[in-house]
Amino acid sequence: MEKNIGLYICSGCGIGDVLDVDALFETVNEADVSPAICKSHDFLCSKEGVEFLKAEQENEGINTFVIGACSGRVNADTFDFGASITERVNLREQVAWSHPSEGEDEEDTQMIASDNLIMGMIKADATLPVEPYIKEDISKAILIVGGGLTGLTAAKEAAKAGSDVVLVEKDKQLGGWVQGLYKQAPSKPPYTELEDTNINALIADVEGDKNIKVYTGAVIEKTKGAPCMFDITINQAGNNIEERAGSIILATGATPYNAEKLTHLGWGVTPDVITNAMFEKIAKENDGKIKRPSDGKEVESIVFIHCAGSRDEEHLPYCSAACCVESLKQAKYVKEQNPAAAVYSIYKDIRSTGQAELLYKQVQQEGVFFIKGEVTSVTEDGGMLMVEATDILTMANVYLEPVDMIVLATGMVPTSAVGEIIEEKGDEDAEKEAEKEIVQETNASTGTIIKSNLLNLAYRQGPELPELRYGFPDSHFVCFPYETRRTGIYAAGAVRQPMDHRTAIEDATGAALKAIQCITMTSDGMALHPRAGDLSLPDFEMSRCTQCKRCTEECPFGAINEDEKGNPLPEPTRCRRCGTCMGACPERIISFKNYSVSMIGKMLKNISVPEDYEEKPRILVLACENDAIPAIDMAGINRLSYNPWIRIIPVRCLGSLNLIWIADALSKGIDGVMLLGCRHGEDYQCHFIKGSELATIRSSKIAETLDRLALESERVIVDEVSIMDYDKIPMMFDEFSEKLEELGPNPMKGF
Amino acid sequence: MSEVVNKSILVVGGGMSGLTAAIEAAETGYEVYIIEKEPYLGGRVARMHQYFPKLCPPNCGLEINFRRIKANPMVNLFTMSNVTKIEGKEGNYTVHINTEPSYINENCTACGECAKVCETEIPNPFNSDMDKIKAAYLPHPFAFPMRYVIAPEIAGSDEGKKCADACKYGAVELDMQPKETKLNVGAIIWATGWTPYDYTKIKYYGSGKYANVISNVMMERIAAPTGPTKGKIVRQSDGKEVKKVAFVQCAGSRDENHLPYCSGVCCLASLKQATYVREAYPDSEVYIFYIDIRARGKFEDFYTKVEKDENIHLIKGKVGMITEDSNTKDLTVQAENQETGEILKLSVDMVVLATGIVPNSDDAKAAADILCDDDGFILPDVEKPGQYGAGCACRPMDVAASVQDATAGALKAIQSTVRR
Repeated sequence: MEKNIGLYICSGCGIGDVLDVDALFETVNEADVSPAICKSHDFLCSKEGVEFLKAEQENEGINTFVIGACSGRVNADTFDFGASITERVNLREQVAWSHPSEGEDEEDTQMIASDNLIMGMIKADATLPVEPYIKEDISKAILIVGGGLTGLTAAKEAAKAGSDVVLVEKDKQLGGWVQGLYKQAPSKPPYTELEDTNINALIADVEGDKNIKVYTGAVIEKTKGAPCMFDITINQAGNNIEERAGSIILATGATPYNAEKLTHLGWGVTPDVITNAMFEKIAKENDGKIKRPSDGKEVESIVFIHCAGSRDEEHLPYCSAACCVESLKQAKYVKEQNPAAAVYSIYKDIRSTGQAELLYKQVQQEGVFFIKGEVTSVTEDGGMLMVEATDILTMANVYLEPVDMIVLATGMVPTSAVGEIIEEKGDEDAEKEAEKEIVQETNASTGTIIKSNLLNLAYRQGPELPELRYGFPDSHFVCFPYETRRTGIYAAGAVRQPMDHRTAIEDATGAALKAIQCITMTSDGMALHPRAGDLSLPDFEMSRCTQCKRCTEECPFGAINEDEKGNPLPEPTRCRRCGTCMGACPERIISFKNYSVSMIGKMLKNISVPEDYEEKPRILVLACENDAIPAIDMAGINRLSYNPWIRIIPVRCLGSLNLIWIADALSKGIDGVMLLGCRHGEDYQCHFIKGSELATIRSSKIAETLDRLALESERVIVDEVSIMDYDKIPMMFDEFSEKLEELGPNPMKGF
Repeated sequence: MSEVVNKSILVVGGGMSGLTAAIEAAETGYEVYIIEKEPYLGGRVARMHQYFPKLCPPNCGLEINFRRIKANPMVNLFTMSNVTKIEGKEGNYTVHINTEPSYINENCTACGECAKVCETEIPNPFNSDMDKIKAAYLPHPFAFPMRYVIAPEIAGSDEGKKCADACKYGAVELDMQPKETKLNVGAIIWATGWTPYDYTKIKYYGSGKYANVISNVMMERIAAPTGPTKGKIVRQSDGKEVKKVAFVQCAGSRDENHLPYCSGVCCLASLKQATYVREAYPDSEVYIFYIDIRARGKFEDFYTKVEKDENIHLIKGKVGMITEDSNTKDLTVQAENQETGEILKLSVDMVVLATGIVPNSDDAKAAADILCDDDGFILPDVEKPGQYGAGCACRPMDVAASVQDATAGALKAIQSTVRR
């Protein structure tokens, strides 16, 4: 595309008061990349302003707009000119609203604006139109792994919205955990009556739906490919069947914690010490009557031990969320059969949130006796069970009347946690040094992968979803619970996090929407969250690849496979467009059409660097556009003034940081480089999982290089910033600037 | 049978649930209309300082969601609006919308010149009325849409004219009138969210009477850098630093005289707010009086982390009474420590009442034929599909659960537009 660049500066919102727009035009016209047309307007985002720009497109043949006005965070839709390329240059929040226009400062402020415009021009010039990646042979079906409540619900709901579904269940029959329940806890007013699970009706709906293909007694042998192009091998009783799917829902649920480890709570004392699951079975088989396993006697007295092996560092440290209410429900089974029965609950906290509180109250009214405390011993005497516990509220040991039965409320272990942990292995063929680096980089926030044999992904980074904690492949984001590190694969239900049946139904329905959405967006070539709608993709210039494997190792989403020689095999529909591969590549062979190593390199090399004696240092800030850029903008919106030596270049994610940028900036004479990204570590905030962490690791490596060049490593810092830290921005910049001042000017200036 | 089915979806409420439902549906290819009563999106979460358990700022996720909206032409937005009437049935509803005047049109660039000349101040609802804001104002620093509002108090006055004169962009429109709009949609999501239980109804705690007895939602604003005290945790009565604070759990919850249910989030919210105080003042002491600590699921980790702080004292016991020293405005909290049997009389600088969630469903009930339980939570209506609740309007839930539920709500709504 022949570029015809028009530069348009808005003088509104104070920009024209602070900056000399004509002088800016002059400077830009003298730069390497200069526009065909420069014009200013006093209200560019108005209807008239937009019409003016559209007329420029039509009459002057402008196909690339560089708009020097407000931040790109606002008016994105206003300055959208279809096929034309638009590059926004921030002259408002980051210049006019954050830098003074009077006296000596005027010149410095003007210099910020001209640097920003020159960089914007370069970016616009280097940006190529993006073509969406659209494939013909795609599948729009949804594969659901697991035929319990979550999987069945997801299948039914997706089919109701018009999708084709393939459902795979390892057992011979559908229904999962809920199939084993006698009743379920109340879900509707008055919230005190137990309900039928209706699981059989749900199964019938699924089996009767012509858009749902069900495989029972089947497991996933292998999952190859990527969104809209998953090739799945299903093993049903030894026969391999091939299916194709567009997206996947992992709904394999949880298994109960192994009660054999709970001897301290009485497991094994007599057969009448059972788990909550066994209790359901007894209730279901006897239509609500609770009989002792040892002799079939109807239970007249019973103890429910809550948190059996849960909230316990020795066993499961977490709470399984559903067991309190399940135990209340089970206590009610006993009371409904025999109101005179002695029913005890020994608990840590009763966690009946929401309307389940009303069930708790109901059960208390029915005479269930609650003891906040810990069981200290369980023994047998004459066929009865003797329970001793500490009662925290009376500060005494309590000895319960002998009881017929003890029920242990065991917690949930996600099916994804069952299996061998895959250790990160370096490649023996690679050079030792390189190997060390790769291992170091890839340890950054990678979720462990456990060989749970659920999906058997043919992925470079391992065969299952990475776990977050305790084996749950959950999202790390409060705001985005369906965020996934394997694009197009969504975990839902108790495999994702401990949850009750009502939540599982909601979760399944939500996951079904995400699975459909993945197919809708992918088939149009669009990226999924967080760069939703982005059409750009990384291109790999394979002739220069050295098979170092950094890109395949470091991709936060496991989007790049590898051939046997170590060449990257990108799977475009898995890509989330963060640019981590681009930052990782030492040969710089990975580029986007609208974002590349050379583009940013050229931008920063065109920052004007005054000579030493002028005492105008330059500091480059590479700022993550997700949090750091909004924070810097907010500083401007709040009219906080900051250091005039700062030059800001937004990056997609600090993970896309290529070390050459730092080297280029310093050899150009820029005095310091600040990398501004999101919080990393345990409570990381990076929307691309480990971008800021990778940047930290990478920049620590450049320290050695800098030392060799006799440049102080303090000239490069990584800082964390959240969107709310806008008030700290001026201070952060000043502190770095002062530190650089102590170091003195960059000796490379003028070379 | 080919009935005309409208493919678009109405989402009532632009908080976390509504925002999510709308974006998720739009990114799946459906046109959506968000109806929000405030001048900005984000609802309750926009007013929170941090989320548990990550102690991360809500504006971070909102920023991403706003970016998704800006990039998506399928999302249509009505702020300062409410639904007055709904007619029709699944697949074909007519929705009547009333939009209140903001006296500012789409020319607004948020340059702030109108606020510069405005002198009148009004109570600031964004900060629970704890401070004042100019009558020409940006509702809060992160407001989206980023557009000013002129309060009706000055719209007809000379001051309004001054604001209009100060605006270089013709954005101030003082004769703006309420506007009626009719929309046709195929499905409706009620994501009307919640209101904190009115803490002044809990009279025996002196709430509303003692300046230093505040609610948990007020605490969020006090801790927030965009709040009335710029994030400095100080007392309402005298601006004194808060070194000793008591949190009263289940204030008006799990209580037949107030809210019979448990709001599910207040325990975690108080644990979180305890960290605000501890972070601000290393020598501070925090007392949390509770019935049960309900940190379900993996939130247990957050509970155990906070519990390890030796200056945070968790006491099982219900607070009976709070009294105020009329001179110092210090408070005395009386409670029984149920684990020791001891009657505590604790003198503190401030008391935070952990009040619960009350569903906002009155408008929905007035405008449409929907089912609610006795407490006002919206129930699914299997007989009459087409309208769905999402988020805290349906039951008390935390942010992640609201997002989950709203995503599910988006699918239910989509089903209503493909049916038949």
